[in-house]
Amino acid sequence: MKIAVCIKQVPDTTEVRVDPETNRLIREGVPSIINPDDKSGLETALRVKDTMGAVVTAVCMGPLQAEVALREALAMGCDEAVLISGREFGGSDTYATATILAAALQQLGFDLIITGREAIDGNTAQVGPQIAERLNIPQVSYVEDIQVESEHLIVKRMFEDCYQRIKVRMPCLITALAELAQPRYMTVRGIEDAYNAEIKMLAFDDLKDDLNPDSIGLKGSPTRVIRSFTKQAKGQGKKLTGMDVDEAVASIILTLEEHNII
Amino acid sequence: MSENIFVVVEQRQGYIQKVGMELLGEAKKLAADLGQKVVAVLMGSGVEDKAFMLFHYGADQVVLVDNLMLKLYVTEPYAKALTAVIREYDPQIVLFGATSIGRDLAPRVAARIHTGLTADCTGLAIDPETKLLQMTRPAFGGNLMATIVCSEHRPQMATVRPGVMKMAAYDSSKTGEIITLDVQFAPEDMNVEILEIAQDDKKGVDISEAKVLVSGGRGVGGPEGYDPLRELAEVLGGEVASSRVGVNNGWIESNRLVGLTGKTVHPQLYIACGISGAIQHLAGMEESDFILAINRDAEAPIMDLADLGVVGDVKVLVPKLAEAIKQYKSKKLVE
Amino acid sequence: MDSKLSKKHQLQQELYRRFAQNEVKPIARDMDEKEEYSLELLEKMQKCGFLGIPYSKDYGGAGSDTLSYVLCMEELAKVDASTALTISVHTSLCCWCIDSFGTEEQKEKYLRPLVSGKKVGCYSLTEPNAGSDASAQQMKAVLDGDSYVLNGAKVFTTNSGFADIFVIFAMTDKSKGTRGITAFIMERGSEGLLVSDNIPRMGMRAASNCVVTLDNVRLPEANRLGREGDGFKIAMKGLEGGRIGIGAQAVGIAQGALDETISYVKKRKQFGRPISAFQNTQFKIAEMQTKIDAARLMVWRAAEAKDNHEPYGTEAAMCKLYASEVANDVTRECVQLLGGYGYTREFPVERMMRDAKITEIYEGTSEIMKMIISGAMKIK
Repeated sequence: MKIAVCIKQVPDTTEVRVDPETNRLIREGVPSIINPDDKSGLETALRVKDTMGAVVTAVCMGPLQAEVALREALAMGCDEAVLISGREFGGSDTYATATILAAALQQLGFDLIITGREAIDGNTAQVGPQIAERLNIPQVSYVEDIQVESEHLIVKRMFEDCYQRIKVRMPCLITALAELAQPRYMTVRGIEDAYNAEIKMLAFDDLKDDLNPDSIGLKGSPTRVIRSFTKQAKGQGKKLTGMDVDEAVASIILTLEEHNII
Repeated sequence: MSENIFVVVEQRQGYIQKVGMELLGEAKKLAADLGQKVVAVLMGSGVEDKAFMLFHYGADQVVLVDNLMLKLYVTEPYAKALTAVIREYDPQIVLFGATSIGRDLAPRVAARIHTGLTADCTGLAIDPETKLLQMTRPAFGGNLMATIVCSEHRPQMATVRPGVMKMAAYDSSKTGEIITLDVQFAPEDMNVEILEIAQDDKKGVDISEAKVLVSGGRGVGGPEGYDPLRELAEVLGGEVASSRVGVNNGWIESNRLVGLTGKTVHPQLYIACGISGAIQHLAGMEESDFILAINRDAEAPIMDLADLGVVGDVKVLVPKLAEAIKQYKSKKLVE
Repeated sequence: MDSKLSKKHQLQQELYRRFAQNEVKPIARDMDEKEEYSLELLEKMQKCGFLGIPYSKDYGGAGSDTLSYVLCMEELAKVDASTALTISVHTSLCCWCIDSFGTEEQKEKYLRPLVSGKKVGCYSLTEPNAGSDASAQQMKAVLDGDSYVLNGAKVFTTNSGFADIFVIFAMTDKSKGTRGITAFIMERGSEGLLVSDNIPRMGMRAASNCVVTLDNVRLPEANRLGREGDGFKIAMKGLEGGRIGIGAQAVGIAQGALDETISYVKKRKQFGRPISAFQNTQFKIAEMQTKIDAARLMVWRAAEAKDNHEPYGTEAAMCKLYASEVANDVTRECVQLLGGYGYTREFPVERMMRDAKITEIYEGTSEIMKMIISGAMKIK
């Protein structure tokens, strides 16, 4: 069984801070990690490999430094790693990214594709479903549990308040929640082996037969960012004193409403 | 010429989801700026009778796709139905709730139609010059805001999180046209098999998972002092937590301890009741999105960290707050 | 020597750091309070390959090097010195002796399970009357037919409370002095082997550390490690490498304490501002970090020499001497900077200060280190 897991290298946004003086994002020194939802996808694939055998390929589209994420995937136990990288791919939005990944996956071949639900930097949750659409295969998202049978999967699809247990034939794509599987640590030996392994590189030339140059990069992106700004840095908040109880309560409710908490 | 703002109104088991109403309210504002109409899209099986109330919330028209294939949410039948609607009516804009359904359906349809989709928007506006939809959303884990446009492709699509937009004022007198679109499905469109549907079983208390924490310190006075906090937590859909004092004195279970030797939490709302704010405690909750502190002492260290600090008696304020929020929520409830 | 790590070492360091923060840090205080090491934690480390880092893949080890091992020691010691100690004794002392002096059969039988994460080892040299004077071994091993019979007691054997395999030293021929000491491999459960409860200590309280008593324990000849009379040489060579691990442990204790302190002083307000704003605090922190960096580089130097198969005994002694001194100085200063709260058990710095002391004593006291260094410099 061939499982392809799409992973993205992202800045650890829980470590990102806003500089209180310039109000800009401090990006230096922020560690790069494998996107948590994707890591859970890797673990899921590796568990299938452990229990019933599978060839697990980690696939990543990104700049050359994203190879560290692939080394980590190898060190966790993936059999192969593929880095899709090239100038032509830069500036891609989710549609263009999904187009490129779909072309690569088509070439590599797969029975099951696992992507994370969303990346902690882009937070769009779109690439998975869009890859499935481009490859014309069924998708099931928000997957919290998966059982593999010979030709199909039985998955637990989460909704906000309930779940469905769904049977889906392969080839198919599932998007994984971080809750799907607690990712295993790399092993020391795994890292030694990972740095002895070769990462397969796919550049534009390798995919150009399956890619329309108009559908990738900035040019192939229907959406673009016209402005970005930081939210106000958290300073000291308001302090209410000397109010009577009902006034204070009303004030609290108003504030919570303003902040969309209630 | 692409025209009108379509809102995909989600229904589950026949119940219209609140986010749909919120989006109708927002769409109304955008439609006014564009001089166009708001069209609600309702898909399901046996849901025709729900269509009428959509006019009361701001829809000018309703497009209804009613078919047995759409009884439960499955990606492909819904994608097929919505794609048919979009191809038939050529909307300018399509809005979805960013729910576990919306975030599954919208990207699939966007890819099928080959248009742009912006997810989890917190702000929508029409640019007065270009007339483009400006979609603003958080990125980088919420540390950055980005404004995005989809200039060439149509429709411009966006998903919006529940609770972000406001519903329009309810107008029971408003009516409009319900247009039924007959979509042809094939058996292969149901490309998965639903084996089981069930409620999610409640997991054991883990305060680090709670979105709202109502936490008590020395100021709650004793084990019974946590009762009003429990009420407040329940009304807000959260959990009760505690600083060291309560746990050390046996007023509350130790797995609710927040702090250096307890748990580190980052809920959306942390209400510190009668907690002074010693460093050990702050270390466990300073990353919370919004901190409300209630304390008799205006100079308590926690007041420096809180987004809103209220000087007052916890024993009086908390019960009143719980009651007031209960009332506030029941007013906002939709049938 | 490269003061920057290769990408591979960086990723390994990242693994050690994440594991330490997520798995060890949350339970460190508890283990210290209970004076009990978590076997569950040990198993997790075994699964990740932490117990065989510099040993060959041929025997099931991780196939990495001393530098990687030293990185592991530092990251673990930053959050829990006892955990670092547990791994150090197993890796540098027990495994190393068998790897360097064992026969092929012995390596298959004992080294493989040790470095592949199935069994834990310990090293039993110190006796009630043989500390710095390790040659004064009183435990006896007498050949009886094809087995040795061992009698005597060892003290302060780290890991002995749960270790599966012991490398143990005994006197086979008192008349030959240090050349009369022999090394043996012993398994837990041997008849006549008795391990006491943990010896109550000032620090490293989570680590297992017991009295090991042998009452007519029979060990077949096949369990003799090296030749008769090689024991002292084996013991001393093992300790050389062990000192590199302890140096790394000391660096970790110091850095961990300093990191906690830096976080604290930025938040703690007195006299109207965070105490990090005072020059006294700033200067102290600058001094401490400088010393820690220096100690770390000395540890890396010794590790690199060992990996390059160059002599490393002196370098190892120097790095342990200096790093242990730094650990004690830094942790004491950190408790001072945290003030009253630093003295409470709620903050980890008091534990780090208690843990630091032993680094100047075990695996060769600082005084012994100075003997080694001046000896190497031929100062008579």
